Amino acid sequence: MSTSASAPSSSSASSAPATAASIAAQVRAGEVRAVDVLEQHLARIDARDGEIHAFNHVMTDRARAAAAAVDAAVAAGGAVGPLAGVPIALKDNMCTHGVPTTCSSKILDDWKPPYDATVVTKLVAAGAVIIGKTNLDEFAMGSSTENSAFGPTRNPHDTSRVPGGSSGGSAAAVAAGFSPVSLGSDTGGSIRQPAALCGVVGVKPTYGYVSRYGLIAFASSLDQIGPFATDVHDAALVLDVIGGHDPQDSTSIPERHPSLVDVLDRGVEGVRIGRITDLPEGADPDVVERLEAAFEALSEAGAIIVDVEVPAFGYALTAYYLIAPAEASSNLARFDGVRFGMRVDAADTNAMYSATRAAGFGDEVKRRIMLGTYALSAGYYDAYYGRALKVRRLIHDDFARAYQQADVLLTPTSPTVAFPFGAKGDNPLAMYLCDLYTIPTNLAGHPGMSVPFGTGADGLPVGVQVLAGTLDEPTMFRVGAALERAALATAARSQS
Amino acid sequence: MTDSGVAQVRTDREAHDAALHQDRLIEGGWELIVGLEVHVELDTATKLFSASPNRFGDEPNTNIDPVTLGLPGALPVLNEHAVELAMRIGAALNCTIQACTFHRKNYFYPDMPKAYQISQYDQPLNVDGFLDLPNGVRIGVERAHLEEDTGKSTHVGGSGGRIHGSDFSLIDFNRAGVPLVEIVSRPDIRTAEEARQYVTELRAILVAVGASDAKMEEGSMRCDANVSVHQPGTPFGTRCEIKNVNSVRSLGRAIEYEARRQIAMIGAGETVRQETRHWDENDGRTHTLRTKEDADDYRYFLEPDLVPLEPSTQWIAQVRESLPLLPGQRRARLADLTGLAPDSEAIAVVVERGQDQYVEAVGHLGGDIARALVYVKEAYADQGPEPAVPAPDLALLTELEVQGKLTATQAKAVLAELVASGGGDAAAIAAAKGFEAMDTSALEAMVDQAIAEQPDAWAKYCAGEGKAMGALVGAVMKASQGKADGKLVTALLEQKRG
Repeated sequence: MSTSASAPSSSSASSAPATAASIAAQVRAGEVRAVDVLEQHLARIDARDGEIHAFNHVMTDRARAAAAAVDAAVAAGGAVGPLAGVPIALKDNMCTHGVPTTCSSKILDDWKPPYDATVVTKLVAAGAVIIGKTNLDEFAMGSSTENSAFGPTRNPHDTSRVPGGSSGGSAAAVAAGFSPVSLGSDTGGSIRQPAALCGVVGVKPTYGYVSRYGLIAFASSLDQIGPFATDVHDAALVLDVIGGHDPQDSTSIPERHPSLVDVLDRGVEGVRIGRITDLPEGADPDVVERLEAAFEALSEAGAIIVDVEVPAFGYALTAYYLIAPAEASSNLARFDGVRFGMRVDAADTNAMYSATRAAGFGDEVKRRIMLGTYALSAGYYDAYYGRALKVRRLIHDDFARAYQQADVLLTPTSPTVAFPFGAKGDNPLAMYLCDLYTIPTNLAGHPGMSVPFGTGADGLPVGVQVLAGTLDEPTMFRVGAALERAALATAARSQS
Repeated sequence: MTDSGVAQVRTDREAHDAALHQDRLIEGGWELIVGLEVHVELDTATKLFSASPNRFGDEPNTNIDPVTLGLPGALPVLNEHAVELAMRIGAALNCTIQACTFHRKNYFYPDMPKAYQISQYDQPLNVDGFLDLPNGVRIGVERAHLEEDTGKSTHVGGSGGRIHGSDFSLIDFNRAGVPLVEIVSRPDIRTAEEARQYVTELRAILVAVGASDAKMEEGSMRCDANVSVHQPGTPFGTRCEIKNVNSVRSLGRAIEYEARRQIAMIGAGETVRQETRHWDENDGRTHTLRTKEDADDYRYFLEPDLVPLEPSTQWIAQVRESLPLLPGQRRARLADLTGLAPDSEAIAVVVERGQDQYVEAVGHLGGDIARALVYVKEAYADQGPEPAVPAPDLALLTELEVQGKLTATQAKAVLAELVASGGGDAAAIAAAKGFEAMDTSALEAMVDQAIAEQPDAWAKYCAGEGKAMGALVGAVMKASQGKADGKLVTALLEQKRG
C-alpha cells in the first residue's frame, strides 16, 4: 500500500499518517490518538484554506467531540469501525444535522437540516470524524467551482487554476491534505473531473450503490455520491463503508456489495480493457498521451486491449443537458421561500416566489431551471425531453454491448488539465464540454473512476477514467489499482 | 337459451334503456353530461411516502418530517398498505389492476411542499372499471390512481377565505402526504340524482372495503364535477369543472345550477368557455376560478425518486379474494331472498346500516325474511350491524305473525318491547300483553255484525267504492279491541262480496 501523498501540501511539516487506512489502523491499535490526527488536519486547514477555500464550513467543535469519542472507545476496548479517527470532508450538498448545509447557494441562507444524510450516519458509525463541509458549484451545477455563491475554490497544485467541479472543494481538500478522504456527488462528472484536475482518486459508483437520502438533489436519476482519496485503497475503504441498501432511498440497490478492499491485489491478468474507437475527439495531446501510456501499462500488467464501439457516446452531452436540467427544474422548485432558507418579501405569494428565487439563485442555476422547464413544457416535451430519454436508452444499450466485449473501458477523464480562472466563464458551452467523457456513464447508470496517471501540460495532474458495467466495481477497482501501481513505479523510476 | 330468448332479453334491455334514457333528459330536450372526480383519503396509519402519522384533527404541524415538508435531500418511500387499500378500491370498482408508475405534477402553491405532487399519470394502478347504481345504471370508472394530498392553507383577512386579498396565510402540513386515491368516472352520469347516487354508492363501497371513512364533511372524501350539456345526437358540449362541493346535497345543487347556467348561455347565443368554477354554498351559484388559458402546465415527468410499482399477480388475486361482499351484491342477495326490488327502500336502508346479515340470519332460523326486513328497517334505526335483539327472538315473532297467532298491529307492539329490552320471548311478551289469537269464526261474526250495522257502507263497498271498506274494517277493529288481523278482515269482506 502506498503512503505517499501527491499533494504539494504534504511537504508541510506533519507527523500525521497520510492515508485513511493507515490512520484507522493506528488509531484502532492505540498507536495514534484520533484527536491528534484531527488537530494536525485542522492546523493544515488553518494554515492554507484561507487561500484554497475548500471549505464552506469547518466543523471544529463537533469534529473534536467525535474524535474524542473515538479515542474513548479505543481506550475502553470497545468496537471501533473501519474508519476510526479518519477525518473526512463532505461536499456541502449532503445534509448534516444542525450544521449549515448550503449547496454554495444564497437561497439556503445558512439552513441547518434537522436530519443527517444516510452517508453521514454510516460514516459516523464507522468511526469517521466529519471535519467540514466543502465548496461546490451552486447546486452542483458547474465544472470549475466558480459557480459557488461563496467564491471559487483554488487548485492546490496551482492556485491560479480551478480545481474542477462541481465537487471542487472536496477534491481540493484531499489534494491539499486537509482531510485524507472526502465525499462528493457526481451527476455528469462532478467527482471524476475535479479528481483528475486535482490529482486524486475519485469514484462515481453504480447508480443506486450509495444512498442518496440526504443528498440535496440536482438531477435525481443521475446523482450519485462517491469518495475522493489519495489512493485507490482508501477510495475502496470509504465506498465499502458508505455503500449498501438504504430503505429510505427507493432507488438504492437491494443486493449486498462485495468488499472492494479485498479485490485490489488481484491484478489484471486477462482482464479485457476496451479502447473506444469512436470516442469523440476534443482531448488535449498531453491528455491523450497519458491515456496511451495507461493502455500500455495495463497491457504490460497482463491485460488484453480490445477495440469497442459506443456509437451513442457522442450524443450523451446533448441528452444530458436536457435530462439533468429538466429534473433540476423540478427538484429546485421547493426553494420557494415558504418553509426554509432565504425569503424576499413581496406583495403577494407569486411575487415573493419570484423575488426570492431571483435573489437566491445564481446565473447558471437559473439558466438550467429555464432550460429544464422549457424541455418539459407542453408542446416541447416530445421534441426535447422525450427524445433525450430515447438517446439515454441508446447509450445504455451501446454500453451494454461494449461490455460484452470488454470488462472495462478506458478514456480520458477530462479533455484538459486544470484551466485558469475565468477561462470558460463567459461560455457555458465550453464549460459543458469539460464533462464530454464523464457524462455518458451517468446516463447509463454505470460506475466510473478517475485515477491520477502522471502529469501533462505545466506539470499539472492528468487523470485516466476507468468505466465498467453495472455493479462491476470490483473489476473497475482492480484496474484502477493496477494503474496506480504503474504510476507509482514510473514516478519511482524518474526519481531514482 | 334459444335464439329467440336472447333476442327477447335484448329487446327488454333496449326498452328498459330507452325508458331510462327518456327519464334522464332534462327540460328543453337537453341532456346533461357529468363525470365525477372523487378524491378519497386512505385509512392508513402513516403517510403515502413517509412514516409520519396519517391522523385528522391533531395540533397543526405535528405530523411532519423531512419528507412531508419536502426538505432538501428527503426522499419518498412508498407505503405498502396504501397500495393495498388502493388495490382494494380498484378491485371493488371492477378495475384492471396493473403495473404502474409515479409522475411529478409540477406547480407552485404554498401548501404543496415540494412544489410538485407525486401522482400517477399515464400508467395508473387501476383502470377500466365500473360502478353499478342501485337502479342498475352502470357508470364507467376510467381510473383510480394513487397520489399524495397537499397541506391545508388558512387565509386570514380579506374576503371569502381565498388567498387573493388575504393579509396572511397559515399552513398546516399534517395533511401533506396523506395517501389519496383519485377515482375518475367516465362521463356516463346524466342527472344530478345519478351523481348523488354515484357518490353515495361509491362511499358505501369505500367504507365496505375498509379503504376510507369517506367523510365529505371532514374532507376525507372530496368531489369535483365535470359538467356539460348537449342535445342528444350531437357532440358533447364544452365542460366546466366544478370544485368546492362539500356534501352530496351540494353536489346535486351545483350540477343543477351549472346545467341551467350553461343552457341559459347557449339559449342566449353565448358560448360556454372551458373553465374551472367554484361552487359557493351561500349564494347557490358557481363562479369562475380560472379559465383554460390560465391553467398550469404541469410538466409531468416520471418521478425519478421512485421505482415502478409492479404488484404480483398473486398479490392482486389475494386482494380480490379478500374483498367482503359489496353493497350492490348484498342488496341483490336480499332482493333474491325477499322478492323485493334491489333498489327498494327497505333493502337500501338495511344494507346501508349493515343489518342485512342479521336479516338473513333471521331467515335461516326459519323466520319470515320479508317481514324481518321491514321490522329491522322500521325499528332498528338506532342499531348497528349487530342489533341487540337476538336473531332467534325476531325469527319467533315473525313466525307467530305468519301463523296468524299475532296480528300485524300486535306484532309491532311486541317488536317495540323486544327492541326496548334487547330481546326476549315474543310468545311470552304477547301473552303478557293479553294478545291471543282470534279464531276465524269469532272474526267472521264481527265482520257480519259490522255489515249489519253499516248497510250503506256495505252497499258502497259492493258497488266498488274502495273507500267504504275503511269504515267496515274500522268497526271490526274496534269490536276486537285491535286484536283483529286487518288483512284477514279484508279477505273476509272480499269473500262475502263474492
